[in-house]
Amino acid sequence: MNDSIGPLNAAVQNATVPDKDTRLELYRSMQACRMMEQRAYDLFMQNLVKGTSHLALGQEAIAAAFGAAMRADDYTFCTYRGHNHTLVRGVSMTAILGELMGREIGLLSGKGGSMHLMDIEKGAMGSYAIIGAHMPMAAGAAWSAQYRESGQVAVCFFGDGTTNIGAFHEALNFAAIWNLPVVYVCENNLYMEYTPIGDVTAVENPAADRASAYGLERVIVDGNDADLMYAIATAALDKARSGGGPSLIEVQTYRHGGHSRADPGKYRPDEEVAAWKARDPIPNYRQRLLDDGIDAATLDAIEKEQSDRVDAADAAAQASGPPPLEIADTDVWADGGSSWRN
Amino acid sequence: MAQLSYREAVAAAIAQEMRRDKNVVFLGEDIAAAGGVFKTTGGLLEEFGPLRVRDTPIAEQAILGAAAGAAMTGLKPIAEIMFSDFFAVCWDIVVNQIAKTRFMSDGQCSFPLVIRSANGGGARFGAQHSQSIENWAMAVPGLKVVAPSSPADIKGLLAAAIQDPDPVLFFEQKSLYGIKGEVPDGDYVDQLGKAKVLREGTDVTIVALAAMVPRAMKAAETLANEHNISAEVIDVRSLVPLDVSTIFASVSKTNRLVTVEENPRLCGWGAEISSLVAEELFWDLEGPIVRVTTPHIPLPSADILEDAVMPSPQRIVDNVLKLAD
Repeated sequence: MNDSIGPLNAAVQNATVPDKDTRLELYRSMQACRMMEQRAYDLFMQNLVKGTSHLALGQEAIAAAFGAAMRADDYTFCTYRGHNHTLVRGVSMTAILGELMGREIGLLSGKGGSMHLMDIEKGAMGSYAIIGAHMPMAAGAAWSAQYRESGQVAVCFFGDGTTNIGAFHEALNFAAIWNLPVVYVCENNLYMEYTPIGDVTAVENPAADRASAYGLERVIVDGNDADLMYAIATAALDKARSGGGPSLIEVQTYRHGGHSRADPGKYRPDEEVAAWKARDPIPNYRQRLLDDGIDAATLDAIEKEQSDRVDAADAAAQASGPPPLEIADTDVWADGGSSWRN
Repeated sequence: MAQLSYREAVAAAIAQEMRRDKNVVFLGEDIAAAGGVFKTTGGLLEEFGPLRVRDTPIAEQAILGAAAGAAMTGLKPIAEIMFSDFFAVCWDIVVNQIAKTRFMSDGQCSFPLVIRSANGGGARFGAQHSQSIENWAMAVPGLKVVAPSSPADIKGLLAAAIQDPDPVLFFEQKSLYGIKGEVPDGDYVDQLGKAKVLREGTDVTIVALAAMVPRAMKAAETLANEHNISAEVIDVRSLVPLDVSTIFASVSKTNRLVTVEENPRLCGWGAEISSLVAEELFWDLEGPIVRVTTPHIPLPSADILEDAVMPSPQRIVDNVLKLAD
């Protein structure tokens, strides 16, 4: 396949601006993600969220674009940095914040936590916290869709650090040989955890430079540009749905914070952080929409609406009590129980 | 009743379930065109076609990850891991994903899948192709663990495993593939979690699994003929769920327990059964519980060495005699 004129790169080059409703939806979705993650951070600071959490502040355009472009019955597989990818599938914000706080109202009744958000009915097939493991699982869901001829597509998000683990390579080869309807999206935020990905990777672009090994098109997209992300998401989903097989998309982005709650991200040069904050996907998108003639009042209203939504979700989650202790013994097995003997 | 080999019973069970349910699919290395490296899956590709019986690359994480993703989304995959030793390269998918995700999701999804694998020693393959790992699997909440000893149990328990809504690790003991036995004709589905009393006795209960079952039966024969000791032999068949009541009923009658395990000594399944009997049935015992296991070593390759370390009928007899003293 010729890199420069493959169908995905062509889609990016020829991308047209999405219609106004879609753009407003992208803006709304990015604001929802941003405000929810900021609230999650605040709740940590108040010690209302225990354990750990991995925020995706700064990476909202990717989740918003795929959320808008995916069909309701498509599958999302994501990582422990998965609050946004879960939210954009239409999952309850109250249930997400409740899960982070270990409340009964939580999405998983407190049994999963921040790193494992999942809502099967919405196609949010889970957030996985072992690097790479969900990549072959997404291939399996795509295989199932292909076998059932359902037209569904699986989308699998992962970080740059995942590109050096075996499961990444096994999954891409597997998806390619079976021509599976799966879209692999590498969110390259430049750091695996604390270490720059470039320091530990044999190629410059950790996902894209491996694409040719699996007969896939080499694709690198600005992950902070919601319009462009929407174009590539639509193209890759269409390709998968029409029998064109898997895609591997490397999107360039940046997390505004550290790897996890425990990490202030001090290893990153100030100039680098400043440069990427200037590329913040949300204020830049707002300005673009204003430049294109959308009035400020419309955007202000969206911000107010999402801010109110987060307040309401937070209040409802905090009003919920802890989960009942009995549920710790449930749902190991499909019969709902945990018994291993008679 | 037909005479089938242990290996033929594998294909018979898979074919039976694939005929019954079109959502049953089968994947693994060399399982389709080649019919399996142990010739356990011949004829399935021809009958069910390449969309349902699929050869994979040597990529165990991909095989089991794909099986997991397919199981979450409506299929009932059967995956083969050629040798159970290879679970070590994909154990994450088994333990962290398949076993935990239903629980973590608060019951939103299930993993109706079976992972078949050739397990255990006796084939002179050396330490990386001979291990007994059923006790690894038993230690993980969320996995069902089955290890049959006969062709009939292969067919009935594999069919039951495929129909089961939970993930089942199905261990076929590779040195048994050639044995033959009566297998019920037609559709035959057994039940997981049921041990079987294969020989009734009154003096001692010998509990065994997989390849240790025929050895325990042989030992019981010797004990009866040469030592006038009446041994009851129980084939555990399923470690999870574990049929504790069949074992307890027997020990309550014989008052003595010997477990025969192929796995290395530490944390073998016999230790769990011993612990249950010691905790809950202590006052029924008339002597110490005895565990017969392979020593805590990797399995050696040379036939004379492998035979020396795996529990033999004679070693079982010797241990029972010590207990009877």
